[in-house]
Amino acid sequence: MLHFHLEKTLKAKQREFHLELNFHSDKNRLVIFGPSGSGKSLLLRLIAGLDNPDTGKIVLNEQTFFDKNQGVQLQPKQRSIGYLFQDYALFPHLTVRQNIAFGLEKGWLNPKENYPSTELDDWLARFSLQELQSQYPHQLSGGQRQRVALARALILKPQALLLDEPFSALDGFLRTKMRDELNTLQQQLNIPLLLISHDQEDLERFGDAVLYLEDGRQK
Amino acid sequence: MMNDSVWVALSLSLKVAFFATVINLIFGVAVGYLLARKNFIGKNLLDSVLTLPMVLPPTVLGYYLLVLLGRHGTLGAWLYEHLGIQLIFTWQGAVIAAAVVSFPLVFKPARAAFESVNNQYEEAAQVLGMGAWAIFLRVTLPLAWRGILAGVLLAFARSLGEFGATLMIAGSIPGKTQTLAIAVYEAVQAGQDQLANYLVLITSILCISVLLSVRYLSNHAFASR
Repeated sequence: MLHFHLEKTLKAKQREFHLELNFHSDKNRLVIFGPSGSGKSLLLRLIAGLDNPDTGKIVLNEQTFFDKNQGVQLQPKQRSIGYLFQDYALFPHLTVRQNIAFGLEKGWLNPKENYPSTELDDWLARFSLQELQSQYPHQLSGGQRQRVALARALILKPQALLLDEPFSALDGFLRTKMRDELNTLQQQLNIPLLLISHDQEDLERFGDAVLYLEDGRQK
Repeated sequence: MMNDSVWVALSLSLKVAFFATVINLIFGVAVGYLLARKNFIGKNLLDSVLTLPMVLPPTVLGYYLLVLLGRHGTLGAWLYEHLGIQLIFTWQGAVIAAAVVSFPLVFKPARAAFESVNNQYEEAAQVLGMGAWAIFLRVTLPLAWRGILAGVLLAFARSLGEFGATLMIAGSIPGKTQTLAIAVYEAVQAGQDQLANYLVLITSILCISVLLSVRYLSNHAFASR
């Protein structure tokens, strides 16, 4: 499913961070595991195309996203990837329905509040969000926000779902519940899943394959 | 008769301030975005130079503009030769003067507003398949527009009151380039106290209403989040 060998150096004022990896996995569920500051988030950003490696190659589902030697560098929008940000990054000026419809509407204007789409209605129903579709993100609970973010990503039928510490913003009970939900969802959709975490529970639940990271290198 | 000249000056002031604000809206937003989101050599210098109109005496600005736009100025000579445009002593010249003087009031808040927009929203839009223009129009601008609008209104008020640079560029031709601010000066010089009172009152009311709108906007700036 996923193959990459890459290098990336980040320079801040005082310190320098170096990421150097060579990894291959055929499993449908991959957990990138490591302490904070180990380069997990950076790796996920490189796969999504929000950042680019200095050198190397990234291939997902047999599609080359990046290849320094061949001069291939797909834009994030060309990679067809679902990305769940750590604090979900729901658009604060748009309602739940508009947020989920965001990627369906390709023009220069945001989708209307009553954007018609049966697919969207299905996602709202699946996540029990129908009653909340006119609410704004700041009016939602943590779990609801995560569902909206998931629906917003999955409605575009991405070829893989990338999650940046998806449960870290939730408290204990909700964390267990959302973990179950994601597990069920992944099995229903059979979508490749890449999840970064420093939580043992995530590792046990989703770690069909695991990449252990420490200080920019595989451990 | 007196009322007539008041209304002429008022409508001229509004016209000049309106066009100056439109110009500043376009360039101020563009420059604010550039300074907030891009890194380039000379960025701090550019910011400082563009802030100069806030601290330089308006007469100095007016002098710069004269040198630049006058019949023998670098830009002025070219404009006159190729397009037959003459900006000195015209209301369009007054627009340029007002725009330059109030420019920092637009681009500074615009820059701050763009900087306050969390970059993650733009990245989220990127991953959801949007191009640069769609992201700007659908995410960045809507999240920044209240801050921008507050600056634009302030600039409008500043343009209404512009005196020094306008006088140097456009002069004081009644009905042509004599704005409210300049009409006040002329009225006082001519000992027409009643006219001056009248003009001062109108200018003050106008500016207070604009400032009240700014206050209202900044109070409600983040209410929708």
